[in-house]
Order: sequence, then structure tokens, then C-alpha cells
Amino acid sequence: MSTIKQQSSPVVALAGARKAFGDNEVLRGVSLSVDPGEVVAVIGPSGGGKSTLLRCLTLLETLDAGSLSYGELSVARDEGGKTHYVKGPELKRAREHFGLVFQNYNLFPHMTVMQNITDAPVRVQKRQRAEVELEAQALVAKMGLEGCENKVPCQLSGGQQQRVSIARALAMNPEVLYFDEPTSALDPELTAEVLRVIKALAAENMTMVIVTHEMGFAREVADRVLFMDGGVIVEEGPAEQVIDHPREARTRAFLSHLSE
Amino acid sequence: MDIATMLQMLFEGFLVSMQIFAFTLIGAVPLGIVVALLRMSRVAPVRWITRLYISIMRGTPLMLQMFAIYFAPYYVFGIQLTTDSKWYATIVAFIVNYAAYFAEIYRSGIQSIPRGQYEAAEVLGYSRVQTFVHIVLPQVVKRILPAMGNEVITLVKDTSLAFSIGVAEMFSTARALVASQVSMAPFAIAAAFYWVFNFLVEMVLGLLEKRLDYYHD
Repeated sequence: MSTIKQQSSPVVALAGARKAFGDNEVLRGVSLSVDPGEVVAVIGPSGGGKSTLLRCLTLLETLDAGSLSYGELSVARDEGGKTHYVKGPELKRAREHFGLVFQNYNLFPHMTVMQNITDAPVRVQKRQRAEVELEAQALVAKMGLEGCENKVPCQLSGGQQQRVSIARALAMNPEVLYFDEPTSALDPELTAEVLRVIKALAAENMTMVIVTHEMGFAREVADRVLFMDGGVIVEEGPAEQVIDHPREARTRAFLSHLSE
Repeated sequence: MDIATMLQMLFEGFLVSMQIFAFTLIGAVPLGIVVALLRMSRVAPVRWITRLYISIMRGTPLMLQMFAIYFAPYYVFGIQLTTDSKWYATIVAFIVNYAAYFAEIYRSGIQSIPRGQYEAAEVLGYSRVQTFVHIVLPQVVKRILPAMGNEVITLVKDTSLAFSIGVAEMFSTARALVASQVSMAPFAIAAAFYWVFNFLVEMVLGLLEKRLDYYHD
């Protein structure tokens, strides 16, 4: 396993990422590289830059400085401390590399579960509807959503909606799946449903980057944990190191607040 | 003149009113989308010009707009006006006037769609046009239906303004009949025609709302 990881190039590589909103520097030099099959958990206090990191990785925000590449595709290059992005068609190709699961699901409310999952593969990727629907059926089963195919999002629980949004992202066959606090809007029971699904994906070697406040979950599922605060990665390493034996004072302070 | 003849004449006027109504909707419903998009353009001058257009359309009487559009070809270009000119001026004035109102309703609907819908579509790779047509627009339609209903019902009654320019729609006929027959009955009948038609409009709107009732957000 580890030899495979060393040979293959990273799925995504971000280097020297900087991002400011006005005077507020949200990312102050963040580098992150994720190997195929790796599960990375990002933890840290609100306002520490976790969400902005994810938004830059998913091209919802543009970097001020730094570079970003997906596999062989260089999406953003740093030229003299300023980031330059590739143009339209290549940007579109870059988006095929990843999927994103939002905190508030952001499902399309006017579409059924099945339509939510199949619309983008058919409309964006121009794949055959029959083939896409077959795959979607399998995803529905995998997410434990049988019987919900023809329901609309408002008829589902939060946990079900989040599982639909995971299925919607997976239907595009991304190489890496990002999660932005996927369970923050859910009660503990529904959280467990969603975490179970993510763990199953981890067991299948799905490459994932998960921003989460669920420390138990991060410890269990993540190959590597990043602690972010003040726009930088303060500490990173295996879960048992970062969560259980943090070296940095800031990490310790954050984790002790959580356990209170 | 017996009631049947009056009804017959008013009904013919009513058909003309309905033509104004139909042409206005066919023209203004799509034109309103264009105006709404221009109103939200990233290019500031485009936004300003569109705002000015909407402001004039909403801030001056439709009746004056009809006159302006009717006489403009003659005064600006020296084109000789024909009997058809009145009809075309009426339709054009109604379309550009109603497109302004529709545009503001569309804009309110478009701007009420949460940011997250655009972001979800963007990450999935939808183009801007695909996002608008397949993700945003269907949700906008549901949200603006009640406000559009108001405008459509107002439009039915506004068709009577065409009388001022001399288009022989139902209200003109009713006025002529009231004068010649020395009876208020034609007005009452015309009112009944407007109301019955608007009752149908309300039913259609109700059905549309019900069809879109399968979800909420």
C-alpha cells in the first residue's frame, strides 16, 4: 500500500496558498498534497481558514498567491507571488477531478433524488442516461436510500439529504471528494448515518478531504489530520499524534476546549 | 338594439382585447427575462441604462407611452402613419411596459435563490447557461407565480387603455354603445366579460401553483 502511494503522483497538490478578503488574511501560506486513497481530516476553530481552504481547492474562490494542480493538470500557477488560473475549458476539466459535499447539502429542491444524482452526469458529462441511471441505482443502494428515488429533498431527513448529496457527488466519478463539515447541520443520530457512509467510502480507498468537528470520527477514518488556525496549518500528522498527543500549544488548547 | 346584438358587438371587442392580452404576454414574458438579466449585468453602464428604462416604463402612464410609440415614427423619422400603426404601437407599448414590470419580478425571484444552488451547480460543472435554465429558472417560476398572477390580472384590465389611442377593443365598443343606446348595460356587460376572464386566469394560476406544489425549499 505504502509503496503504491509513493509511486503515484498526488491527486491534488496545493502550494503556498494565500487568500485575503480585504484586510482579512484567511489563508497565509497553506500547502497540501493528497495521495490517491488517502483520507485527510481538517480540524480547527471557526475562522481558522478551513472552509476557505476547501473553497479554494474546489475553485469556488480564487487564490491570491500559490499554485494548485489536479493530477497532471496545472490549474493555477504562481507567477511572482500572484496566482494565474487556466482558462475556461481547462477549468472545466479541472472540476471533473473533484466533488464537494456541502454543510447544507445544497440539493436541487425541484428535482427528485434520482434527478439530483443523474442530472449532472447526463447534462454536464453527456453520458448515456440509461447507463447513468444504472449507476445511480447502485449509489442509492450504497447510501441506504432505497425507496427515496422519486422523493424530493424536502421529503427527506437531513441525514438522508446529506447522503443524496454524497451520491450526487460520487455520480460524477471524482478522484477526490471534499466534505465541508458534512454533519454540522445534523443531530447525533443522523450524524452517525452520514459518518457510516463516509467510513464505507474510506474502506473502498476513496480519496477524501474532510473538514469536520467530529474528533472521534477524524481519529477513526483519517490517515492524516491537519490542524488549521490563523490561516496556516499549525500541525499535521497521523490522527493519534495530532488529536491524542498534539505537539503544538494551539492544537492542545483547541482540543481541550472541545472535550470540555 | 337588442341585448343579443350588443353582446355580439362587445364580444368582438373582447376578442381584440384578448389579442392585446395574448401578444403582450407572448412578447413581455421572455423579454422580461432579458431585461432582468441586463438589470443584473456585471457591466455597470448596462445596469444603469436598464434601470433608466425600467424607471421610465414604471414611472410614466402606459397611455402616454402608447402615444409616444405611435407618433415617434412620424416625428422622428417622418414615416407616414397608417391605420395599422395604432395597433402596432399598442402592442409594442404594452410589451415594453409589461416587460419592465416582469423584469423586476424575475429579478426578485432570481436574487432569492440561495448562493449555495449556484455553488453546487458550479462544482458539478454546469455552465452558466445550464445553471440558469435548469437549476435557477424552475425555482424562480415557483417563487414568482403569485406576483406574476397580479400583473397578468392587471394586464387583462389594462387592455382597455388601448381605447385612448383608438383601437376598437371591448372598452371602446362599450363606450360607443353606452352613448348610442343611452344605456349603462354595455358597461355592465363589459365588466362581466373582464371579470369572468380574470376568474379563468385565477383558476389557471391556481392550477399552475398546485403543479409546482410538489416541493418546497
